[in-house]
Amino acid sequence: MKDMRISRRGLLKGTAVLGAGLAAPTVLMRPASAAFTNEPTGGSVTLGFNVPQSGPYADEGADELRAYELAVEHLNGGGDGGMMSTFSSKALKGNGILGKKVEYVTGDTQTKSDAARASAKSMIEKDGAIMITGGSSSGVAVAVQALCQEAGIIFMAGLTHSNDTTGKDKKANGFRHFFNSYMSGAALAPVLKNAYGTDRKAYHLTADYNWGYTTEEAVRTSTEAMGWETVSAVKTPLAATDFSAYITPVLQSDADVLVLNHYGGNMVNSLTNAVQFGLRDRQANGKNFEIIVPLYSRLMAKGAGANVKGIFGSTNWHWSLQDEGSKAFVKSFGTKYGFPPSQAAHTCYVQAILYADAVERAQSFNPCAVVEALEGFEFDGMGNGPTLYRAEDHQCFKDVLVVKGKENPSSEFDLLEIVEVTPVEQVTYAPDHPQFAGGELGKCNPGA
Amino acid sequence: MLGLDNRDMKLFIWVVCITVLAPFILNPFPAESELAQFNAGYPDLMQRFMIFGIFAIGFNILFGLTGYLSFGHAAFLGVGSYAGVWMLKLVSMNVIPAIIISVIVAGLFSLVVGYISLRRSGIYFSILTLAFAQMSFALAYSVLTPITNGETGLQLALDDPRILDSASSTGSIPPTNFFGIEMRDGFELALGPWEFVFNFGYYLCAVVMLVSFYLSMRIFRSPFGMMLRAIKTNQQRLRYTGKNPRPYNLAAFVISGMYAGLAGGLMVAMDPLAGAERMQWTASGEVVLMTILGGAGTLLGPMVGAGVIKYFENIFSKINDALLYEWFSAMPEGLQDVFVFLIHPFIGKGWHLTLGIMFMLVVIFLPGGVVEGGQRLAALFRRRRQSRETDGPAAVKDATPAE
Repeated sequence: MKDMRISRRGLLKGTAVLGAGLAAPTVLMRPASAAFTNEPTGGSVTLGFNVPQSGPYADEGADELRAYELAVEHLNGGGDGGMMSTFSSKALKGNGILGKKVEYVTGDTQTKSDAARASAKSMIEKDGAIMITGGSSSGVAVAVQALCQEAGIIFMAGLTHSNDTTGKDKKANGFRHFFNSYMSGAALAPVLKNAYGTDRKAYHLTADYNWGYTTEEAVRTSTEAMGWETVSAVKTPLAATDFSAYITPVLQSDADVLVLNHYGGNMVNSLTNAVQFGLRDRQANGKNFEIIVPLYSRLMAKGAGANVKGIFGSTNWHWSLQDEGSKAFVKSFGTKYGFPPSQAAHTCYVQAILYADAVERAQSFNPCAVVEALEGFEFDGMGNGPTLYRAEDHQCFKDVLVVKGKENPSSEFDLLEIVEVTPVEQVTYAPDHPQFAGGELGKCNPGA
Repeated sequence: MLGLDNRDMKLFIWVVCITVLAPFILNPFPAESELAQFNAGYPDLMQRFMIFGIFAIGFNILFGLTGYLSFGHAAFLGVGSYAGVWMLKLVSMNVIPAIIISVIVAGLFSLVVGYISLRRSGIYFSILTLAFAQMSFALAYSVLTPITNGETGLQLALDDPRILDSASSTGSIPPTNFFGIEMRDGFELALGPWEFVFNFGYYLCAVVMLVSFYLSMRIFRSPFGMMLRAIKTNQQRLRYTGKNPRPYNLAAFVISGMYAGLAGGLMVAMDPLAGAERMQWTASGEVVLMTILGGAGTLLGPMVGAGVIKYFENIFSKINDALLYEWFSAMPEGLQDVFVFLIHPFIGKGWHLTLGIMFMLVVIFLPGGVVEGGQRLAALFRRRRQSRETDGPAAVKDATPAE
């Protein structure tokens, strides 16, 4: 009896709610009338910062988030304005974007495509983000870029170095400021030629995933073009932490150069193993044995400690650069957080400013207008010298830094020294270059 | 009705009501309020609730009934996902072929894995399934890159054949649909300050989930289900009575594998991408957590567990310090810092910690999961009401409303 009473009451309540739900909305039902997805209507605009907060690239993610917070502060007119004062375009006025205050939401990509997409989706569907940016791995960048293309949102890639992001997986709504594997190879080759000569035998250890493949291919192609021989290329599992089993065969081969196509924790471990096995003191074919790390970052150099001394690699940006833009950025980042920014922080900060500037120049948040404003955009004063956002593949073309582990570091941040700034002409390639072929940009999608 | 007894029917009707009204229930806070952060009524998360609900229901058929703890169920979900994306690429953007193929492929794969793994029981079975899942993950990540697209995940492309669809001229990938109804489509409803989203994809997931739930109920109450329970209780004794438990085990394993495949198929139907991480051991562990958190062996438990975990993953991980400062903005500055400092470890990337603590509490104090907690509460109220009625007016003074 009692149960019956409850269920009758519950039923009544249920019907009431249902009835109200069915009766009221016929008038209030909102048709999808917006011109594009998440058109900002109030006095503020929301950006989505999707960075790895857990997992192997959490350090980079934390630094990216710091850079984004700084960028938001500068866009809203706070702080010292950072690179906005050295940026060649003067469209931004420090009053938000198009007069709307910039707000942001954050999410954790966990460095997994699935988690990153779920997080980006919630930013788009729940928080009404108009642009998604961030990430520290190419798999995530490609996955989120495709999602943004379908949803009609602009994606400004964070740290992603694989050729595919602006190669076979390029999308009209996605943009990359960071450099790529091809550029690393092209920038490194001449420096290696000067330092180690043209008669070398290289042994590659490659992280067994997309980024590893494209980096290996890029470095191989550029070094073989100048006369080096590739003895062997071995893939190592991404989750590996001990590389001794992969280093021993190097000792038995007749190679005299080891190329470590590893990033993050992988690189720290493999380089440490290689040094422990005495590779750096070894003589092979009458020459000193050498080690190369195609993609370097300060955070990695810190992890590997003294082992990085004298080892060549490439990087997108370094805080010790002396141009006005870099100095301004390092100063405002250092003032706020107490240490210099990493290259991940730099590229993310620049991407956020570039997006805001594009909206300001286009006078609209409409993704198609933003795409138009960014395509073929030339700018300067953002720390990399004159830069072009190429219209054909949405890749930035700028100078690439070749760096070397410093012999006598003066502080825990002063670990890399710039060997050469490779001019942009040397790293430019045709949009249909074989390493980038196969993709289609498609058309910009405003959603809704 | 429908071959269910009275109690089950009531439960089923409840579940139907809750899933149908979920857009209202999950968005209890007005869209502009500070608490809107805790709203979960947006399409992606609602779909996830349903999809992981299906996954956990299927897992519970194996774990809850036979007691075989599989640590590799994510592999079936992953295999189903890949099969589904390939159907979307090759055949049609209609989700039906994709979902059907996902179930079939996952079923076949689980038949192979089950046939081998079920030769052992207990911890050895768990380790075998774990090994299979990690193997699948590693293969998908590297060697099978031509089929799985490795780390990046398998995606749709503009130049996919899609033999049943007419060529698209819009220059963008067509959305997944159910005979023309686009999955990402829907309508919004504004009631005063509240906003509710009704998404077609969600309702497709909900219908599939309800069918799966109904099937699992029937399995639980059937002689076959009784057989599975017998296996859990004492396999030796079952053998002495002349019954061979192997075919029953294998059937349960394949059924739960097919449920996982169905979840995988729905996942790509809602968001057409299949990543290898879906098969990683952490994903397999997640479904075990869901089932235990909600209540293993109960009908409703796994779904509740799936909901709780997905809620934490998607809502708590997005709270950041800036938001905390906003919430505590009324406090004096020093106090504000203290509060943010205290709460900081539990939000954002710390959501794992919050979930972990909750999991510990549930396992220690409610071994039967959240469902047991609900039952205890209900029993408490029932007892109170009973005592009130027997004691008459005398007991009214300490009565709390039983609603």
